[in-house]
Amino acid sequence: MTNKKTLFDKVWDAHVVDSIENGPQILYIDKHLIHEVTSPQAFNELEDRGIAVFRPNQIVATADHNTPTENQHLPIKDLQSRNQLEQLSTNCKKNNITLYELGHKYNGIVHVMAPELGFTQPGMTMVCGDSHTSTHGAFGTIAFGIGTSQVAQVFASQCLLLTKPKSLRVTVNGKLKNGVLPKDVILYIISKLGTNSGTGYFCEYAGDVFENMSMEGRMTVCNMSIEMGARGGMIAPDQTTFDYVQGREYAPKGEAFDNKVAYWKTLPTDDGATFNKEYTFDAEDIEPMITYGTNPGMGIKISENIPNDKDASFVKSLEYMNFEAGESLINKQINYVFIGSCTNSRIEDFRVAAKYIEGKQKADNITAWLVPGSKQVETQIIDEGLKDIFDAAGFELRQPGCSACLAMNDDKIPQGEYCVSTSNRNFEGRQGQGSRTILASPLVAAATAIAGKIVDVTENIETLEFA
Amino acid sequence: MEKFTTLTSRAIPLDIANVDTDQIIPARFLKATDKKGFGDNVFRDWRYNKDGSENSEFSLNNTDYSGSILVAGDNFGCGSSREHAAWALVGYGFKVIVSSFFADIFKGNALNNGLLPIQVSLEFLSELLITIKNNPDTKIIVNLELQTISVGDTSEIFDIDPYKKTCMINGYDDIDYLLSKKTEIEAFENTIG
Repeated sequence: MTNKKTLFDKVWDAHVVDSIENGPQILYIDKHLIHEVTSPQAFNELEDRGIAVFRPNQIVATADHNTPTENQHLPIKDLQSRNQLEQLSTNCKKNNITLYELGHKYNGIVHVMAPELGFTQPGMTMVCGDSHTSTHGAFGTIAFGIGTSQVAQVFASQCLLLTKPKSLRVTVNGKLKNGVLPKDVILYIISKLGTNSGTGYFCEYAGDVFENMSMEGRMTVCNMSIEMGARGGMIAPDQTTFDYVQGREYAPKGEAFDNKVAYWKTLPTDDGATFNKEYTFDAEDIEPMITYGTNPGMGIKISENIPNDKDASFVKSLEYMNFEAGESLINKQINYVFIGSCTNSRIEDFRVAAKYIEGKQKADNITAWLVPGSKQVETQIIDEGLKDIFDAAGFELRQPGCSACLAMNDDKIPQGEYCVSTSNRNFEGRQGQGSRTILASPLVAAATAIAGKIVDVTENIETLEFA
Repeated sequence: MEKFTTLTSRAIPLDIANVDTDQIIPARFLKATDKKGFGDNVFRDWRYNKDGSENSEFSLNNTDYSGSILVAGDNFGCGSSREHAAWALVGYGFKVIVSSFFADIFKGNALNNGLLPIQVSLEFLSELLITIKNNPDTKIIVNLELQTISVGDTSEIFDIDPYKKTCMINGYDDIDYLLSKKTEIEAFENTIG
């Protein structure tokens, strides 16, 4: 046995309260994020059993999944949606939980607003009733999605009963080509490893590609860990992480911050620590990516053709998308573009889109929704003059929320239509009944919106600086 | 939570791989604030055609099939963490889901709702699917105590976490256990400041 530990081991082991013989461990949860869709039944459960919320100060709530992205100042038209948001407000008030409700200057998608506020910090354990909680792993945090029964468990005890997952490391070294964004990196990894390669594992992303990435890029990567089945993904905290956290609302201040940084510096994986599974890729092999099927593993380089496969699920998937094996997606007409979601709705994503869009015009056939991840991102977009660029090019900047990523609100892609989307899932009907989703980076989405069809962004990429 | 010990039932085949939780219960049905009624909309967009009529080709609508066991393809329950998927399956009447592979979060959600996810080998799964399709009246026997799933003369032993097994058999849930550990949890909090 070696005493070399991985980043994951260090954070996990520091949070084990107790272990059940031949069973799970009791893991202490530092921070709990909640939203309107997966929390009401958990609050009901506690109320029915007469249990109080144990540590309300360690919970932060936001409204995001089921909120409109227009006219947020008006009462919500859909009665069920309005009721769901009202219940969240009532539950938070009753239990002394901080809520950033619709319209609040800190409101936003749970995985955008929490890091923005410094609520997310290295070395923590964090959960949320949402599978994309893996996003927060970008900080060297053990962060993962949970079901509503588990939301109730954390309410009741600030703990969860869990079996320690196995370890997986994905290393990408080298220099990314111009126009290859963090989204392309993770879509590439998932296309190589498949949608269940990470099931039962926690993934660490290592190598200079991630070391050189901004925090926002790291969040995009960790966000999609669940799309290869991994409950979470992590990146070792470094100076980029500390600089991002410092000075934010919930971040420790002064000496307390310095003490934390000293601890955070001990977290990276020890040299010689072993993983249950390892994969290595070269940055030079990655190109702008696009998906053609109905799971996020069905991705190709934008310049490639759809592969051939006889497998029944593959055939069913292409039938749903109305694509043919062997064909190229270049020049395919697209009528909808969505830039948003917890994967790609941060300021850097809109800067990339604006840079491409500036001086051009949106194609007439395109309906494009630009949905910031939070009120703070929305403000940044306006302050930096990006909104002016979008307006001039005929784009519509909407208000923050999960929006067309899961289409719980009115932002639905119509039956049969294709949408080039910066979100994370291309499942059947994900963006609206019968809708067809093509996942891509904000650059590819912006280029699609300008051309009205899928274009090979690599052709004239050298004229643009996107690294 | 309802107790689970043994079950003898016919089964419904769902011979599709990578069934994600968006298919089990689409997002537009997640607006409810209680756990009731999700069964009506389980696999909604596969059960019904665009015009609202029943899709007769979908196995849940095939009157040849019935029972409280769903036999599904590889990687069942991937995607969103929505526990509504487990509530929808339980609400429809399923007590057991058989697959060769389950996504993590779904598996946990199922166990927390008395819905037993049974992971079998690919060979067992494909044989089981063929057997059910050839003879929908086939009875499947599940014994949680012995951790066996049997069809006729064929049987396979399945894995389950011993703690979760005890919970299922006795109808306990994790909250009961965690609340009994409050003293240890508070002591832990004191060590981390």
